[in-house]
Amino acid sequence: MKLGFLVDLNLCMGCKGCEIACKVENEVPLSSWRLRVKYIDMGTFPDTSRSFTPLRCNHCENAPCERICPVSALHYLDNGIVNIDSARCIGCAGCMMACPYGAIYMDPESNTADKCTYCAHRVESGLMPACVVACPVEANIFGDVEDETSHISRYIMEHRGAVQVRKPEKHTDPKHYYVGGGNQTLNPLAHERIEGYGLFNNITTLDTIGDPNHSILDRFITPIFGGHNDHLTNESFLEFEQGQDENKKEKGGHH
Amino acid sequence: MDHGTVIEATKAVVTLDIALPGIIWGWMITLNMWAKSIGTGVVLVGAFLLHRHKKEEMPNLRWLMPLISFIALNIFLFFTLIDLHQPLRMINIFLHPHWTSAITVGAWMASLFTGLIMLMAVIGAFDAFPDFRRHCSIAKSVRAKSSLYEKVFPFVVFLALPVTMYTAIIMAQSSARELWVGAPELIQMLLAAFMVGSASLILISEKWSAEVKKDLAMILAFSVAFSFTMYMGEYFFSFKAAEVEATLAFVHSGGAYNVQFWFAMVLGFIIPFFIAKGSMTNYNPTLMRFAAVTTLIGLYMAKDVWLKIPQLLPLS
Repeated sequence: MKLGFLVDLNLCMGCKGCEIACKVENEVPLSSWRLRVKYIDMGTFPDTSRSFTPLRCNHCENAPCERICPVSALHYLDNGIVNIDSARCIGCAGCMMACPYGAIYMDPESNTADKCTYCAHRVESGLMPACVVACPVEANIFGDVEDETSHISRYIMEHRGAVQVRKPEKHTDPKHYYVGGGNQTLNPLAHERIEGYGLFNNITTLDTIGDPNHSILDRFITPIFGGHNDHLTNESFLEFEQGQDENKKEKGGHH
Repeated sequence: MDHGTVIEATKAVVTLDIALPGIIWGWMITLNMWAKSIGTGVVLVGAFLLHRHKKEEMPNLRWLMPLISFIALNIFLFFTLIDLHQPLRMINIFLHPHWTSAITVGAWMASLFTGLIMLMAVIGAFDAFPDFRRHCSIAKSVRAKSSLYEKVFPFVVFLALPVTMYTAIIMAQSSARELWVGAPELIQMLLAAFMVGSASLILISEKWSAEVKKDLAMILAFSVAFSFTMYMGEYFFSFKAAEVEATLAFVHSGGAYNVQFWFAMVLGFIIPFFIAKGSMTNYNPTLMRFAAVTTLIGLYMAKDVWLKIPQLLPLS
């Protein structure tokens, strides 16, 4: 068995339902994403088009992240999923340097590397990944690519010639396919990031990798004696937000 | 921002995306590589000098060489450790080693190397200062096993080579950063070790013979010349990989790290080369000390640039 993923970009409408479902299912912390949908605009007004490209771990058969991981925290499952054992990860970020798809992040709460696991915990229970369930147009297709009767295999055969993977020149043998993609959507060098063209946000870069409050001493002291890392969670953020709202109310602002 | 600008038909623009990661491996990894180069470089250069000259011509080499190496290796190991996001789990490298990873192989070799260097430093120091702790039983037993130093030394020199170079394999395994190619990085690591190894020994060579000093000048001159040539080749002629071209085009155009790169080249390579070349025939100790310091600073800056620029490119 070799589990794979296919996204039909002709169907994807950029609703980001998969992104949210992934965040909720896997409790992905703020400032981190296992799956994201990137919007790319092409053409000149009025002849423009917008494409939506969901990006996640490619679960490569020849995974550079698995090779560089010094402690086998990243490992293959029998079904082909490249899984990660957060309890073993030492946080060297070697996998982040090795992954050609930028699919791995440093969890700011656990300070360990993390990524899409194709919802391995759900798959183990016979369920589909959360993003597949959430997709309203069934653009996400998941299944066994070694079983020629599976939906994904049939889809690949029906669209042969139009099925692509990202960065095939890296020889990572990704098990994540796209239909309806092109160079301008799948190749990061073929599209630009221009400040001022963002829909809701500016071009932003994370200030830190992992916990922003993890100073040199804290890295040693916090795990032994506890520290600010214990209360820097999504919950603390929500509490902060609620506090801000209460302040607004007190000042007569809108809720 | 002028929103009236049209988007060219041939170009695509990202209009919504998440925040991108910035520099993942930063100054701590630069310091890690730089300190390791000193730690192994003094051993390699020291071995070369001992092969060519009598040890009496370098009276303090026997104890200062392992001492400098030991201090540098501890800086290297300390910053390796604190750069980890889970430093207390470093032990997992020894409990759950994954041998395809150059990080694992390197950690094992570097730990063994540091242990042997510590042994040499202790023996060398007790032998160099025979009156120190004369009646201490531990000191007595160390002095009694003084010959162990010479027995261990060839193995340490042999081990210094892979310990110097394994970081290049880590860079090669970082498949996402095409600028780092295994073979040239291996040679760059070796040359870096000879550069800072000779520079460090120049700083302690005041009482050494003139011939030894000229050899040090020769090693410095040749290593900076070869390393500079390789940097120029990689910086200007890396045509074959699209991501490398994109990265270097950004830096060439005056982008981030352009000034630092050229400052590093002048400070760490060009200035030391001309001083060392002159000192190969007419040794000037003051200028050579200056060249040694600029080499140490310049190499740190060059390594820092080379580490960071491939990380500027968005991967997705």
